[in-house]
Amino acid sequence: MNTLLPRETVAVVDYGMGNLRSVAQAVMHAALATDHVDVVVTDNPQVVRDAHRVVLPGQGAMPDCMAELERSGLRAAVLHAAANKPLFGVCVGMQMLLDHSEEGDTPGLGLIGGRVVRFRLEGQQQPDGSRYKVPQMGWNRVWYGFEHGAAEHAAPHPLWAGIPDGSYFYFVHSYHAHPADPAHVAAVTDYGVRFASAIARDNLFATQFHPEKSADQGLALYRNFLHWNP
Amino acid sequence: MLAKRIIPCLDVTGGRVVKGVNFVALRDAGDPVEIAARYNEQGADELTFLDITATSDGRDLILPIIEAVASQVFIPLTVGGGVRTVEDVRRLLNAGADKVSFNSAAIANPQVVRDAAGKYGSQCIVVAIDAKRRSAEDAQRPGPDGQPIGPGWDVYSHGGRKNVGLDAVAWARQMAAYGAGEILLTSMDRDGTQAGFDLELTRAVSDAVPVPVIASGGVGTLDHLVDGIRLGGADAVLAASIFHYGAYTIAQAKEHLARAGIPVRRSTA
Repeated sequence: MNTLLPRETVAVVDYGMGNLRSVAQAVMHAALATDHVDVVVTDNPQVVRDAHRVVLPGQGAMPDCMAELERSGLRAAVLHAAANKPLFGVCVGMQMLLDHSEEGDTPGLGLIGGRVVRFRLEGQQQPDGSRYKVPQMGWNRVWYGFEHGAAEHAAPHPLWAGIPDGSYFYFVHSYHAHPADPAHVAAVTDYGVRFASAIARDNLFATQFHPEKSADQGLALYRNFLHWNP
Repeated sequence: MLAKRIIPCLDVTGGRVVKGVNFVALRDAGDPVEIAARYNEQGADELTFLDITATSDGRDLILPIIEAVASQVFIPLTVGGGVRTVEDVRRLLNAGADKVSFNSAAIANPQVVRDAAGKYGSQCIVVAIDAKRRSAEDAQRPGPDGQPIGPGWDVYSHGGRKNVGLDAVAWARQMAAYGAGEILLTSMDRDGTQAGFDLELTRAVSDAVPVPVIASGGVGTLDHLVDGIRLGGADAVLAASIFHYGAYTIAQAKEHLARAGIPVRRSTA
């Protein structure tokens, strides 16, 4: 049987903060041969509005990211996406979803209640006796299972399908999210404190780590996003 | 907790990945994407590309390599060698590099590190330091307080040919203060010897800076990697020859570190 599947467009929002090609390439790489997906890096609000799915990356400082999102005229399109279709936030693109960041005392988009705080690890030692360094830079384990206290609901988020609990993902950050409602925590990671390394609500999913730099497990997460119909 | 990283280093010149035989004769080591993919499959945590091209004419040839690798291999990529300006950083990041490493240019103009970190963030700015244990004669030169500087390590530039008269530990501290997000520390005394890292140097720098330190220079056995992390306090270990010449795979190195109780990322979590 030969059915024609509709093509889907995934928009990677380009508001001028960093190179988004690796995100776009990873999403493209994650698509299966049978998927009908076009991935576009775009600074055009209409393209974001028309897309079926949206990826909101972000690197650098939160005040700069929020200012550029505003200046580029893409803020309304991102809010439209957040209200209407699957949206995946990455790194500062996750932090922007919350109410507020203490980095530069910056208001966020307020899509998920909570705030973003800095690691306070000065002088503290890791279990092996070495000092904690900030930013956290490198591979750490991401736990989505109920037994780790990742969420109040027992079922893992569908985006973790096929990804073993406790898999390693690549992090680079000095600030981390603190959602007000524990039900919005989709995974946790330990680095001096236990923090929310992924958050989710309805059609929103976001990670503090970089799936596009996290080898096979990162690609698996993007693949699940492409097939996610919340 | 955060895994300790293993980073293979690939030398690039004329648009190809090369490897030295006994550190002199270069021969083509194959397709950069294939090599990068192989290391990725073995579980490499990052890849570092070092542009060993002698002239700036050939320098741009690394851009297509980074583009090709970044389109196929999804782990962090660092590029170093001949990086001079903020514009160099921009072009390498646009080609797909995640981090860019300054060395001689930072010595000639420390402000470039501050500018690059200010523009693109500390997370993508690495400062590479080539350090060599100070000779008895050099230890007599006056330090910051006017007294003889004493034993320690000096910073060398231009591929290790020129002693620039800076203390390596103080320099690492200054570069972190200027915004370097990571220090790539190479012991010139140990580089190429396969006798192990200079652990005293690694420990001194690691204790001095608040940012991660990558130890480099001298790895000959898998125990050396353990020592660099355990005794040297390194957050990551970089090696070239033990992986290139097939003495060990990265998976074997990870296995060895894990058996020593060091947290490492395994491909099958």
